[in-house]
Amino acid sequence: MKGFIIKEFFHIFRDVRSMVILFGMPLVQVLVFGFAITTEIKDVEIAILDYSRDHLSQELSNKILSSEYFILAENLEDEGQIESVFKAGKVKEVIIFRDNFARNLEKEQHAAIHIIADASDPNSANIIVNYTTGIIRSFMLEKIGEKALPIEINTEYKMLFNPELKSVFMFIPGIITVLLMLVSAMMTSISIAREKELGTMEVLLVSPLNPVQIVAGKVIPYVFLSFVNAITILLLAFFVFGMPVQGSIILLLAESLLFIIMALALGIFISTVSGSQQTAMMISMFALMLPTILLSGFIFPIENMPEVLQWLCNLMPTKWFIIIVKDIMLKGVGLTYIWKETLIILGMTIFFIVLSVKKFKIRLE
Amino acid sequence: MHSEEHIIRVENLTRKFGSFTAVDKLNFYVNKGEIFGFLGANGAGKTTAIRILCGLLLPTSGKIEVAGFDIYRQTNKVKQNIGYMSQKFSLYEDMTVAENFRFYGGIYGLSRKDIREKISYYLHKLRLEKKKNAIIKSLPLGWKQKLAFSVAMMHDPKVIFLDEPTGGVDPVTRRQFWEMIYEAASAGTTIFVTTHYMDEAEYCQRVSIMVDGRIEALDTPERLKKQFEADSMEGVFLQLARGHS
Amino acid sequence: MRIILFILQKEFLQIFRNRAMLPIIFFVPIVQLLVLAYAATFEIKNVNLFVIDQDYSPSSRDLILKFKGSQFYTIVGYSEAFTAGDQALINNEADQILQIPADFEKKLETEKASSLQVTTNAINGSAASLMNAYALSIIMDYNTNVILETLGLRHPPDPISISSAFWYNPELDYITFMVPGILVLLVFIIGSFLSGMNVVREKEIGTIEQVNVTPIKKYQFIIGKLIPFWFIGMFELAFGLAVARLVFDIPILGSLGLIFFMAGVFLLVALGMGLFISTITSTQQQAMFITWFFMVVFILMSGLFTPVQSMPEWAQWLNKINPIAYFIEVMRMVMLKGSTFSDILTQFFSLLILGVLMNILAIWRYRKVV
Repeated sequence: MKGFIIKEFFHIFRDVRSMVILFGMPLVQVLVFGFAITTEIKDVEIAILDYSRDHLSQELSNKILSSEYFILAENLEDEGQIESVFKAGKVKEVIIFRDNFARNLEKEQHAAIHIIADASDPNSANIIVNYTTGIIRSFMLEKIGEKALPIEINTEYKMLFNPELKSVFMFIPGIITVLLMLVSAMMTSISIAREKELGTMEVLLVSPLNPVQIVAGKVIPYVFLSFVNAITILLLAFFVFGMPVQGSIILLLAESLLFIIMALALGIFISTVSGSQQTAMMISMFALMLPTILLSGFIFPIENMPEVLQWLCNLMPTKWFIIIVKDIMLKGVGLTYIWKETLIILGMTIFFIVLSVKKFKIRLE
Repeated sequence: MHSEEHIIRVENLTRKFGSFTAVDKLNFYVNKGEIFGFLGANGAGKTTAIRILCGLLLPTSGKIEVAGFDIYRQTNKVKQNIGYMSQKFSLYEDMTVAENFRFYGGIYGLSRKDIREKISYYLHKLRLEKKKNAIIKSLPLGWKQKLAFSVAMMHDPKVIFLDEPTGGVDPVTRRQFWEMIYEAASAGTTIFVTTHYMDEAEYCQRVSIMVDGRIEALDTPERLKKQFEADSMEGVFLQLARGHS
Repeated sequence: MRIILFILQKEFLQIFRNRAMLPIIFFVPIVQLLVLAYAATFEIKNVNLFVIDQDYSPSSRDLILKFKGSQFYTIVGYSEAFTAGDQALINNEADQILQIPADFEKKLETEKASSLQVTTNAINGSAASLMNAYALSIIMDYNTNVILETLGLRHPPDPISISSAFWYNPELDYITFMVPGILVLLVFIIGSFLSGMNVVREKEIGTIEQVNVTPIKKYQFIIGKLIPFWFIGMFELAFGLAVARLVFDIPILGSLGLIFFMAGVFLLVALGMGLFISTITSTQQQAMFITWFFMVVFILMSGLFTPVQSMPEWAQWLNKINPIAYFIEVMRMVMLKGSTFSDILTQFFSLLILGVLMNILAIWRYRKVV
């Protein structure tokens, strides 16, 4: 048994390429997510179409462009150009000053600005228009002078658990989950399918080892690898991005272990139902990765999905584990708050183990 | 020495993998139409040598000619004139018998008509006409081996390399396989075969025995037995192999 | 040419005989489109609000009614105790807490100023700022109402009237935005993943050796391997476009010919990449991991989910070699805005150069002789 586990380790470690991927992947992903993936808006290229060309329109343009959000890509001459700059993808927004901007504003207290946004990206378009409007409003107040509201309600806003609104806080739990799932379920399913395909599984099956030992031997190295990965990500999150672990780290690791075992059971189950590596891979790729990333609340909030998908999300073990990780790391709660999620994962673990043992036996007969 | 008679000529062939010398200064030739046995224990360097002769592996040094062509400069001419059947089973398992013939025939540049004729010729010879459209996966190993041999022979190569062609096959099929080899040889094809079965070594016209990357003996089975005072090739082989381990 | 035909014949035979293939070609795209289109959204349609009302006055009730009436808010609980709100936030029962202090109404009447507190679960930062904005606008609205009712004053009109128009997607529909990008993923997966895997598989089984002893030329083998997946990729795109048009009603303003032409170039890059990966790996497992790894990085950085211009300088530089980023841009421009070939010249040349480089690299690395 011990020798067998050692053999598995050799298989994995001797393969330099796989090692690079296994340990390089978490690093790169955390860094990419942490630094590059942000839903914030900045440096948006815009165009200005100024029919007035007076001191106020210039001043307002400068004010808009001096914010960190906007960069001037082009000054337009007439409205016919709008379509073409949008089509060429040069700008995301066009700001139009009508004729006599300054005179209207100073004499009649009323001037007009028109904003056109490229809403092929609706999310950004919305935010961009809001920012622009905000800048124009504050310009207005500067020029006209602020009149305090006769009755005012002051609202204090508090951002709990992530006061600086860092995207990393949202993504780290997701990355941990995805990687544990990937390494545990995908790697085991493929490696078992591989032994089946190459015929070495039969050699193992006729050995005095019983099936449980064989399977355990296959999966233990992956438990270890997954654990190392999880810890690497946690360290990165803490030292590079300043993400805290508010709750008990022991509890976090214990929950991770449970999740890893669940993922391994799932991996074994996949390998028992698939005859070749290719099938195992396809199942892992499409049945595991897609839902793990999309239906788990990793990037996209589950509450906003259609009913059917929300229902599907409940079947995803990853959804529950992400809740657990977020709760422990960011909210700092203990087992009393997450026993339900823990039980669900435990249930799934047992379900997959029973299922694969059943399948495994049938194959031996 | 003239390349018309010597279809394979090897001078000082050496191949190193890092610091390990897998094949060390081999010198031999193979006559046209000959059945040449290439023997050796596992790891003696047989497969490396055969892969070099087929153009799958580059030698570290040495001068090699196969079918009258230089292995370095005229690789594609060499390939057009040889057949190869490897240790690993090499037909596509998910294709039918006829489809495999068609594919390999096609990439050797045979015309559709030739391919059709070859298929019916070989299937008739193997008495497998009914299996023409059977998926390879569904056939027993012995049949697959005979089919693989036929596929490798389809473009009428001057030399055919057989790397342990009868591994894992029952004695009857082995016998039939050797009949096919003889037939090919009598039609003028040179056979270059590696094997672990010493009775098969006796069927060869000349036999070389490799030990640790070198050829330790090369002659007809008769003379080898006399030289090593053994009554079978197995005796010869054991003496040579034992002497080195 | 004849030889390539023989290889093509064999590849198509094998692809269509593989029982796992047909579901991958037909089923996966539909699932991907449906799931991704609906799941990948940053919109917040529902906020679970917990209310702590310590005032219990007509004013506080009015305010709560305003929240209740909003399409975004569901009120999940009321209490007078602060702790109940915190609890609800920790339990994930609520996303936001509205606290109305005991003297809310009194202060409003006597001091003409009062205060409120809104606490938001900010683990998802971007969602939190949206929820904040919702709350802000409801409270502002309420504020204006109070002024109107108690003082009979009307808010004076803004001196600058700002009108805004959203072109190409006036309803700000997120699915319209996502679907063209998802189509790119679809094509990329087929192109790089299946093709790479196919070559490694021959390596692993050993049949590639049998092919290598034949006089076949490198380019013949590679072209024979790539063409089938090129066609499958194109088919997949056509299929996906049909689903996008018929199921999601996504407009296709630009020329279909241009879309397919660019897809053809994009597929060259994807195929070259798959092939290159297959030349540096020896097992399907390795090939899959490397492909998966690059795919994840490419997809995340491509601007499919988050805006590219917000990324740091180095990330935008990296995107210069990201084929997915170029093609997503192209698809969105041509499908949603009706851009023409002259608008996407940059993307075209970038993809072309990437494609040529990728394939040169793959052919150079592919060895018949070791």
